[in-house]
Amino acid sequence: MTFALILIAVLMLGSAAAAMLLRNLIHSALLLILSWAGVAMFYLWAGAEFVAFAQILVYVGAISMVVLFAVLLTRQNQVADMLIEPATRLRAISAFTVGACLAAVMASAILSSHFRPPAAAAPATDVKQIGLDLMQHHGAALLIVGVILTVALLGATVLAATEAKRNREDTP
Amino acid sequence: MTPLHLCLLISTGLFCIGLTGALARSNTILVLLGIELMLNAANLNFIAFWRFGPATSQANGMIFVLFAIAIAAAEAAVGLALIIAVYRHQKNIRLQETSHLKG
Repeated sequence: MTFALILIAVLMLGSAAAAMLLRNLIHSALLLILSWAGVAMFYLWAGAEFVAFAQILVYVGAISMVVLFAVLLTRQNQVADMLIEPATRLRAISAFTVGACLAAVMASAILSSHFRPPAAAAPATDVKQIGLDLMQHHGAALLIVGVILTVALLGATVLAATEAKRNREDTP
Repeated sequence: MTPLHLCLLISTGLFCIGLTGALARSNTILVLLGIELMLNAANLNFIAFWRFGPATSQANGMIFVLFAIAIAAAEAAVGLALIIAVYRHQKNIRLQETSHLKG
């Protein structure tokens, strides 16, 4: 049980760290998709199957495609990416310091806190109960999420489409 | 160390990797993906507390995570559309060189 968790964690954290370290953007995007798949595996390990498949559908299926399209649409010459300016290196070092310090603080806080012993078995949830919960207790939130997704879709389309028209007007 | 401690440590690691990436990288897409990693770390915490926490009732943790995934999807779509719009305008998505947004 714990061994499987450690294996999943190594996959998840390793691919995420490699994605943030690599200089090739496509490799980074593919490794991040692997990391999201690792998160879905963690959900499966924890017994939250519905969330795991939602994660696979949304992240591994949809967001990964959007990210890959954005990477390919905004591709530029690789030479500029290979240059490492001193300011960039300084920023990377300070960012790494901030991340390491935050990790140390949070890890010490977690290790020094005592939680009550967990329940013996995983809470029994089937898809029917999740659906009833969503529709009955969280119906308003579900509607609002639908509105947010619609507005985000419209906004994304407007943002990505109107700029081209303005550019065409700008260039005589 | 209980499994809950281990899960929280793993999600801390994921959060800090995302934070470091978002702060260190100069490519806007990777900054956005770092923020997505931090959101995923928060979702890991929800599931960990739902599974191993003291009050394991109902499907509350899972529903929290479902809503968070929906919001993250909307955020990613709008963010990447913004990146494409900025790229069309300036032919560049490095953060240092897109320092002015007007005009």
